[in-house]
Amino acid sequence: MTLVATEPETQGGLVFHPLDQFIVKPAFGDGAVNWYTVTNVTVWMGIILLAIFALFVLGSRGRAIIPSRVQSIGELMYGFIYKMIEDITGKDGVKYFPYIMTLFVFILFANYLALIPMSYSPTSMIAVTATLGFGAFIAITILGFVKHGASFLKLFWMSDAPLFLRPIIAVIEVISYMVRPVSLSIRLGGNIAAGHVVLKVFAGFAALAIASPAAIVGIVAIYGLEVLVAGIQAYVFTILLCVYLKDALHPHH
Amino acid sequence: METETTNIAGACVDAGGYALGMPQLCAEWMPNQIFWLVVTLIAIFFVMSRIALPRIGAVLAERSGTITNDIAAAEDLKNKAAEAEAAYEQALKDARAKAQEIITKAKAEIQAELDVELQKADAEIAAKTAESEAAIAGIRDSAVKNITEVAKDTAKELVLAMGGNADAKTITAAVNARMKG
Repeated sequence: MTLVATEPETQGGLVFHPLDQFIVKPAFGDGAVNWYTVTNVTVWMGIILLAIFALFVLGSRGRAIIPSRVQSIGELMYGFIYKMIEDITGKDGVKYFPYIMTLFVFILFANYLALIPMSYSPTSMIAVTATLGFGAFIAITILGFVKHGASFLKLFWMSDAPLFLRPIIAVIEVISYMVRPVSLSIRLGGNIAAGHVVLKVFAGFAALAIASPAAIVGIVAIYGLEVLVAGIQAYVFTILLCVYLKDALHPHH
Repeated sequence: METETTNIAGACVDAGGYALGMPQLCAEWMPNQIFWLVVTLIAIFFVMSRIALPRIGAVLAERSGTITNDIAAAEDLKNKAAEAEAAYEQALKDARAKAQEIITKAKAEIQAELDVELQKADAEIAAKTAESEAAIAGIRDSAVKNITEVAKDTAKELVLAMGGNADAKTITAAVNARMKG
């Protein structure tokens, strides 16, 4: 999948490098990117962590019955995810609340902080989203087998379907089950990356005097869309995790 | 971020520092991202599960407890208010009844007094009337007596003047007979 965008365009000095924003490079100095190197990805993940700490720990340090503004935002997110888990998985899913909350706030903050100009968006990287998606998928699958043993496989065996159809349905179900982490990762990474690429392309056009008004209007419009996408993708990722968790906890439906 | 030209052209970056292909798919950078992602997630998980979530959960529980208590207290106060109102109504009713009683009693007393006074007045009037009647009767008696005296004398004189023999007894009888008729 090579893009021609990397070729500098000669016309009007217009140069597009919309994918350069995703380059991983060492944050301090030059050199190779080893697995332990502190890179721009590391820096932005640190910022995400700090922002989460500021909202949920510093914001709620008053422990006020009548919350401050920041505390009420934290409470809102807490209540939102808590209720989502409770509604979808039932009472026994609530003990996985911290894990799901961790994933939700990480994705949410990564998506929103990536909308700051000059920032880096970790959730647009397939390595990141695939780790999130496959990690959650593997954990949930293991949980299903631990809780139900081999009877977890009944998830794929539709006992109310006609007998001769059941093997076929089982195959389809297994395939769709295996595709879940792939769709989770690609959906999140693709949405965020695509949005940022589009923003960069518009920004490239803004350098051209004739096109710049339209380009700036376009940037504003796409930015507004990206604000929505950032929240929605975090929400979608989390709600799908809840649905998968429900399958693991109650495979006999 | 300013892409300073790096001399290291890896598999994903060309000599000019520009991306080759999609940086998202660059396998060279993946271990780094995965490592730092895992570190970050573990850190977030500890921040959330150890500090933030228990704290917010406690605050929410405390709030809902406070609200429940406040509602209960409000219910209590409402009941008290209703009780107070009932007591007030009762007091008002009692006061009205008492007032009615006092009015009735006062009326009876006044009536009794009035009756006594009326009787007294009646008795006085009767006494006065009797007295007056007695006086009138006395006057009338004396008048009749005087008239009889005068009539006897006159009759005696007339009889004498006509040359008759005036017997006092006969004249008296005759005058008395005339006076009755």
